Amino acid sequence: MTEKQAQTSVITEAMQATIGVESEPWTVEVDKTSVRMFARAVGYRDPLFYDEDFARSKGYRSLPCPPHFLGTPMFNPGTSDATFGAPRRGNRDFSIPYTRRLNGGTDIEYFTSTAAEAICAGDVLQATSRVASFTERTGSLGPMLITISETVYRRDGTIVAISRGTGIAY
Amino acid sequence: MTSETTTEQVYWDDVQEGQEIPALKKNPSTQQLVQWAAASGDFYQIHYDQDFARNNNLKGIIVHGAFKHAFLGQLLHDWVRYEGRVKRYQVSYRGMDVPGQEFTCRGVITRKYVEDGEPRVDLEVWGENPEGQKTTPGTATVVLPRRG
Repeated sequence: MTEKQAQTSVITEAMQATIGVESEPWTVEVDKTSVRMFARAVGYRDPLFYDEDFARSKGYRSLPCPPHFLGTPMFNPGTSDATFGAPRRGNRDFSIPYTRRLNGGTDIEYFTSTAAEAICAGDVLQATSRVASFTERTGSLGPMLITISETVYRRDGTIVAISRGTGIAY
Repeated sequence: MTSETTTEQVYWDDVQEGQEIPALKKNPSTQQLVQWAAASGDFYQIHYDQDFARNNNLKGIIVHGAFKHAFLGQLLHDWVRYEGRVKRYQVSYRGMDVPGQEFTCRGVITRKYVEDGEPRVDLEVWGENPEGQKTTPGTATVVLPRRG
């Protein structure tokens, strides 16, 4: 590590220690109203996401989640983030000098194969997250901390989806 | 937008590497950004409050990055349904996009193969602004049905 990197790195030992450590699980519910709201917001016209009889005719148990949608974390005013709705977790409150945040990217992988197995309204999932990596880079925004977080979604103990998000702090 | 009833199923046998899939044109309004906030649970004010956005060194309201991932999800869903499925897709939010202008989702097949007994197709996917800049580049893997 060069002397310059040693001076400017914001990755503390405490942060390093959180890499790979799985959080406590939180409950995510998938219901018809939220599937319809999501499909409506994106602009889908496909009746698959609005009409339960149509969805069943295609082999789904109920309205399936459109791509990207993985349900709604149960909101609780005591513990959920007021802006983003997900649970606030203690190991996220790092004191880094960067006050601005940007979403750098989203990666979602699905682990169900058939329509009947697809995540759909009525499913209740358990989500856990962990930091996969911290990286530092200097670019047009100046020095940045790039954090990749992985959220694993399980249904009855079986992984149905993994979402990886890139957060940029600068 | 593609029709839910008249689009025929795409089969793995018929697609080719290098082929472009049907594009999806979006033009999100600020109303739609509010709908997305409610649907996604992301109520960050830079996406619906003009003053807040400007006080955060932005020129104005910007489209949520995640919303663009969802748009690209529709690009893929509309192409593979109902017998195909999206296996994995990821995008990076390289450039900011704003409401009230066209955001075009496109994809090109980069690889056609069978893995773990599944007929799969890899694609380069992206969203571009009216200037043709790829603000939201990424990749996808889908599973398509085979004929017969």
